Amino acid sequence: MAYSDKVIDHFKNPRNMGSLDKSDPSVGTGVVGAPECGDVMKLQLKIGPNNVIEDARFKTFGCGSAIASSSLATEWVKGKTIDEALQLKNTDIVNELSLPPVKIHCSVLAEDAVKAALADYMNKNGKSVAAEAHGEKAVKEGVS
Amino acid sequence: MKFPIYMDYQATTPMDPRVLEAMLPYFTEIFGNPASRNHSYGWKAEEAVEESREIIGRAIGASGRELIFTSGATESNNIALKGIAEMYASKGDHIITLRTEHPSILDTAARLERQGKRITFLPVQKDGLIDLDELRKAITDKTILITIMAANNEIGVIQPLAEIGAIAREHGVLFHTDATQAVGKVPLAVDEMHLDLVSFTAHKIYGPKGIGALYVRRKNPRVRCAPLFDGGGHERGMRSGTLNVPGIVGFAKAITQAMAEREAEAKRLTGLRDKLKEMIMGQMDEVYLNGHADRRLPGNLNLSFAYVEGESLLMEMSDVALSSGSACTSATLDASHVLLALGVEDELAHSSIRFGLGRFTTEEEVAYVGKKIVTAVNRLREMSPLYEMAKEGVDLKSVSWTEH
Repeated sequence: MAYSDKVIDHFKNPRNMGSLDKSDPSVGTGVVGAPECGDVMKLQLKIGPNNVIEDARFKTFGCGSAIASSSLATEWVKGKTIDEALQLKNTDIVNELSLPPVKIHCSVLAEDAVKAALADYMNKNGKSVAAEAHGEKAVKEGVS
Repeated sequence: MKFPIYMDYQATTPMDPRVLEAMLPYFTEIFGNPASRNHSYGWKAEEAVEESREIIGRAIGASGRELIFTSGATESNNIALKGIAEMYASKGDHIITLRTEHPSILDTAARLERQGKRITFLPVQKDGLIDLDELRKAITDKTILITIMAANNEIGVIQPLAEIGAIAREHGVLFHTDATQAVGKVPLAVDEMHLDLVSFTAHKIYGPKGIGALYVRRKNPRVRCAPLFDGGGHERGMRSGTLNVPGIVGFAKAITQAMAEREAEAKRLTGLRDKLKEMIMGQMDEVYLNGHADRRLPGNLNLSFAYVEGESLLMEMSDVALSSGSACTSATLDASHVLLALGVEDELAHSSIRFGLGRFTTEEEVAYVGKKIVTAVNRLREMSPLYEMAKEGVDLKSVSWTEH
């Protein structure tokens, strides 16, 4: 299977790879996926005043497309507000990275990871955000 | 060194130039149909086929007359299972096989099962070897065939054919082995091992693709297979179709060389394989060997790298041709059925790489691959949330993961 240039680029030069302090109240952590399925993503978002995402980090166990999807997701949500980040759609990742059908689940996982991280942040801080419809699903999946 | 380095010799092998040379005249000059009985074009082709047949038969201790030429081992396996099931239907309806067999056995057996035959898929031990007691227990008075592979394509584990053959003979059950990976690499002898049917192919031993053989015993006992194809009744009526003369000539040349070099090559490849294993396992923790350490093909090493996913590791190793799971299943995302049958956990099954060494593998290439894989695994572990959690002391089995 041939990978797109963008997948290869994110795989070779991952953006925002690493970890943030998960005990920091301004950091939301989302871990999605399962080792037996061959994909686990950890995505962390540091939220500043005015609900702006100041920093993002990821670590991913998975194929090149999974690593690229999470790398791209961190790049995109940085600087966005929580509400804006909740609008992130997996199909945008599919289009940007030209993912083939068998790799669409990687983009779904990246979207879920963003939502799970935001849900964790909101949980930690007793907040509820306008986009609760999105948040509800993410809360269930978040590791908090 | 030539890049990408080829280290996938269990998938296929490059054809040896000496084999190509032997084949060439049979495309253009000696092009006759060996079934043409009335002119010298046919006679010459037939002579080449019969000479090749003897050579190929001898490699497994058989007579050439006991071989049926096919398009490859997948076809041979299909003829063996379906042909025996049909021919011996009045004797019984039960076939015994192993969970780690190649899909051309497992899927054929599954089809027979859907058609009303009874199939026992025996488990294997943790090292990939058959449990002979389990085999004995599985045999019933309706068992007509035991089919157990000689050497596994993913983990290289070599099954105790002589012991299995003795058990089969004792119970009057036919014994078929898929020897695709074993021919030319480990000793095979149809009489000593009581093999009644043997599948093998040329392209795993530096011969051409598209030519294989099925050994079908002629006496003690005389074995018959119902054909898959109807036609001119070639190959003792078991496989109709004009013979692939250049392929057969190439098959004979390839097997002659493999047999002549077998012992020296086995020693050399075992040395290289063990060196690669030491380089990798000596420099990293949580690397696991899949399959028995010694009872395996000289050129096979199959390792699982904890916390790293196999496909991303292959991507990192993009200048080396390797395989994650078997080539037959790498189009899917499922973990290898062979590793799962060994009891390897799902996540380690997803983290496995098969290193296949062969005739043209050099010491320099092994050193390059060994060094590169250590760097690659370390980089991916840095990126792996599982590795981070394990280092923090989190028991990964206690985490409730979100299935997807």
